[in-house]
Amino acid sequence: MSDFTSNFWSVFVAAISIIGILYCAFLLWFSAKVKVAATHDTDDGTTGHVWDGDLREMNNPLPRWWLWLFIITMVFAVVYGVAYPGLGSYAGKLGWTSTGQYDAEVAKANQELEPLYASFNAQTPEQLAGDPKAMAVGERLFMNNCAQCHGSDARGSKGFPNLTDGDWLHGGTPDKIKETITKGRIGQMPPMAAAVGSPDDIRNVSHYVLSLSGSPHDSLRASLGKAKFGACAACHGADGKGMQAVGSANLTDKIWLHGWGEEAITAMINNGKVNQMPAQEGRLTDSQIHVLTAYVWGFSNKPAAK
Amino acid sequence: MILNSADDSKQRKTIPIVAEPAGSDDEAMVSLYAAAKKIYPRSVEGIFAYWRWIFVFATQIVFYGLPWLEWGTRQAVLFDLASRRFYIFGLVLYPQDFIYLTGLLVISALALFLFTAVAGRLWCGFACPQTVYSEIFLWIERKIEGDRSARMRLDDADFSLEKLVKKWYKHTIWIFFSIWTGFTFVGYFTPIRELAMEFFLTRMGPWELFWVFFYAFATYGNAGFMREQVCKYMCPYARFQSAMFDNDTLIVTYDTERGEPRGPRSKKVELASSNLGACVDCTLCVQVCPTGIDIRNGLQYECIGCGACADVCDTVMDKMGYARGLVRFSTQNAMENKWTSREMWQRLMRPRIQIYTMILGAIVIALLVSLSLRTPFKVDVVRDRSTLSRITEYGTLENVYRLQIMNAAEHAQTYRLLVRGLPQLKITTDTEVMVDPAQARWIVLRADVPYGSTEPGSHKIQFEIQAVGSDHFVVEKSVFIVPR
Repeated sequence: MSDFTSNFWSVFVAAISIIGILYCAFLLWFSAKVKVAATHDTDDGTTGHVWDGDLREMNNPLPRWWLWLFIITMVFAVVYGVAYPGLGSYAGKLGWTSTGQYDAEVAKANQELEPLYASFNAQTPEQLAGDPKAMAVGERLFMNNCAQCHGSDARGSKGFPNLTDGDWLHGGTPDKIKETITKGRIGQMPPMAAAVGSPDDIRNVSHYVLSLSGSPHDSLRASLGKAKFGACAACHGADGKGMQAVGSANLTDKIWLHGWGEEAITAMINNGKVNQMPAQEGRLTDSQIHVLTAYVWGFSNKPAAK
Repeated sequence: MILNSADDSKQRKTIPIVAEPAGSDDEAMVSLYAAAKKIYPRSVEGIFAYWRWIFVFATQIVFYGLPWLEWGTRQAVLFDLASRRFYIFGLVLYPQDFIYLTGLLVISALALFLFTAVAGRLWCGFACPQTVYSEIFLWIERKIEGDRSARMRLDDADFSLEKLVKKWYKHTIWIFFSIWTGFTFVGYFTPIRELAMEFFLTRMGPWELFWVFFYAFATYGNAGFMREQVCKYMCPYARFQSAMFDNDTLIVTYDTERGEPRGPRSKKVELASSNLGACVDCTLCVQVCPTGIDIRNGLQYECIGCGACADVCDTVMDKMGYARGLVRFSTQNAMENKWTSREMWQRLMRPRIQIYTMILGAIVIALLVSLSLRTPFKVDVVRDRSTLSRITEYGTLENVYRLQIMNAAEHAQTYRLLVRGLPQLKITTDTEVMVDPAQARWIVLRADVPYGSTEPGSHKIQFEIQAVGSDHFVVEKSVFIVPR
C-alpha cells in the first residue's frame, strides 16, 4: 500500500471488510427467525399467516447444518483476516507475502537444481557444449533470455549480432563470451565525419570499406578513400580487420551488423552508433551463465571430445 | 408438499397483512432452520433393488478397476496434469483437445434430458455416486448394526460397550473404504501403481496426500452422514427435474384410486366386500424410502426414483393376495386415463423423445467421427517477433519461425515440413524432424526467398506438416515479411 500517500484507502478497505463480516452475522441472526402466531401449531409446515382467506405462508426449514456453513465462512473470514494480509495494508500475523512465496519457491527450485548445475560447473564450457543435458538447459535459457534480440536461431538481425558465424566483435573464446554475458557490452562507433573530411571524402571511404571485403564498389573512389581511412584505423586497424579489445568491427568480411552498402556505411561514419548488450549478472546465476557460455560457444565451435 | 384440508384452517386464526406491533402477546418467533431428522431406510428386495445393485457393482467395478488397467507400458486411463497429457486407452489427448471434453459434457447433459423425459430421475436412483455410495455405506451399516428397527434402537440406547464396539467397527470400515475411494480417485491423476507403493511406504507427496484424504473425507461425510441431504439441499439437478418432466414421463406413483381409503384389515377380509382400498397402511413404503418421504402424497421433489417403495409394496400385495403395482412406475396420463401399460409405452416415442434422441445420436456420431479422423499431432507456428526479416550473405531474404510439433502418437514420429504461398519460398533448415512419443518439441525454422523476388510487405504463407508414413497432415498459417 506504499503506493498511496495516506492510509485512507487502507482503512476504508479494512472497514468495509470488517463491516461486511459483521453485517453477514447480523443478517444471519436476523433472517433465521420468522414470526408466527403464538397459538399456532407449526407442525403443518406453515407459519400460520394467511392472506386472502387461503394464501398461507409455508415454513420449509433448512437443515441446521446449513446454518453452520454460514458460520464457518464467517469464522474463516475472521481467521483469514488476522492471519493473512486481508484487511487494508495490515500485514497479517503469518507475515505471508506473494513475493516471499515466490522467493521461497525459486530458492527451493534452485536448491533442487544445485546438483545438476554443480556437475555442469565442474566441466569447462568446451566439454559442456558436448553434453546434451546441459545443451537442453542452455537452449531453454537462451530462448528465455537471449532469443528476444539474437533471434530463436541465434542468427540475430540488423543491429543484433549473429552468434553462429564465428565472427566476434569482443572475442569468441569461452572466457570472452562469459564476460560479454556477465557484464554486457557497449559497442561504440563515434561520429567520424569531421575527422574524415568532406562529404565526398566520406563517400570515398565508404567505397574503400566496401572494397576491403571484395563487395561491389567504385574502385576509383575506393582508392581515393584509402588515404582518408587513417581516421578509422585507430580502432578498425590499418588493415580494417578490427580489434576485439575495443570491440571494433572487422570490415574485411561480408558481415554487416548495421547494414550493407554505401548508404549504410556513410550514415554510420556521419552519425556513429551506440549499441548495447545488457549485463546478465544479477538476472542469471553464475551457473546459468556458465551453461549459456557453452551453448553460445557451441554455435560456431565443435565441442571438445570427452 | 400436501397441505392439510381446508376444514382445520377454519379453526386457525388469520393474521392480518398489516404487521402487528412487536412484542405482541399472540406472536412468537420460530427458527427457519431445523435439525435434520436421521433417516433409517429399511432393506428391500425386488426388481428395482436388484437393478440398483447391478448398477452399484457396474459403476464401482469401473471406478475402482479402471486405473489398474495397463495399456502397453503405461496406465490405460491417466490424466497427467503435471505434463498435461490425458491418456484414455489408445488416445493421447493434449489440453488443445478440450473440445472433446466439451462434447462429452454436451452428451452427458443431453443424455440426462433424454433419460429424465423418459423415466424421471433414473440417474439419481441408479447411477449417481451420491446415492450409490450411500447405498454401499448403508449396506455396511446394515451388516453391523442390523436393519431399520435395530439401528433405531441402537441410536436410542444409552451408551454401552456393545454400542461402542458396533459404532467403532462401522466407522473403521467406512473410513478404510473412504480412503480406498480417495486413493483410487487420485490414481486417475498420478500413476496408481507408484501411488500404491508411495502410500504403503508413507512417501506420498503433500498434494497427493491432501487429495486422497480430502476425497476420502468427502466420501465418508457424504455417504455416511449427509446422504439424502445432498440430494435435497445441495444438488441442483433435484431442483430442476420438474422442468424436464411431462405427463408421459415414467415416475414412481401411488395409485390413489385403487389404494384409498387406506387402512389396516385382516387378511381374511374380502377386498371387494369391504369399503377399504388396497392400501393396508403398513407404512413400509415410507420405511424403505432413502429420502424419507411418503410416496402416497404424490410426486415430491425429494423422490430420487429408486423404486424401493414399489418393490416393498409388491411384497405386501403378494402377501395380501392383491394385484401388484399399487406403487409403480407409471405416467400421469396413464394414471388419469387408466391406460394399460401397452398404451402407456406407446406414448414413449413422443416428439420430444424423438428430438432428444436424434440430437443425442447426432452428437455422439459427430464426436466418434471426429475422434476417429483426428490427426495424431498438432502444430503451432510462432513467428520470431524480434527478427522481422534479414538479408543473408547468399543474397536471400530470410524469416525465422518457431514450430511446436506435438506428437499425440505413442511412437516416435518423423515429420516433413513444407512451406507454400510465395514463388521460390523454401525452408533452409532441416525439413525432416523427429519427435519422441507423446512429446512436444520446439524447432527453429528458417525460410527464404531470393532478394528482390517479392514485393515488400507482409505475405500470407502456409506451413504444411506431414507425418511421414501416413496420410495425416496439418496446415498452419503464418506470414512472411519482406522489408521495404
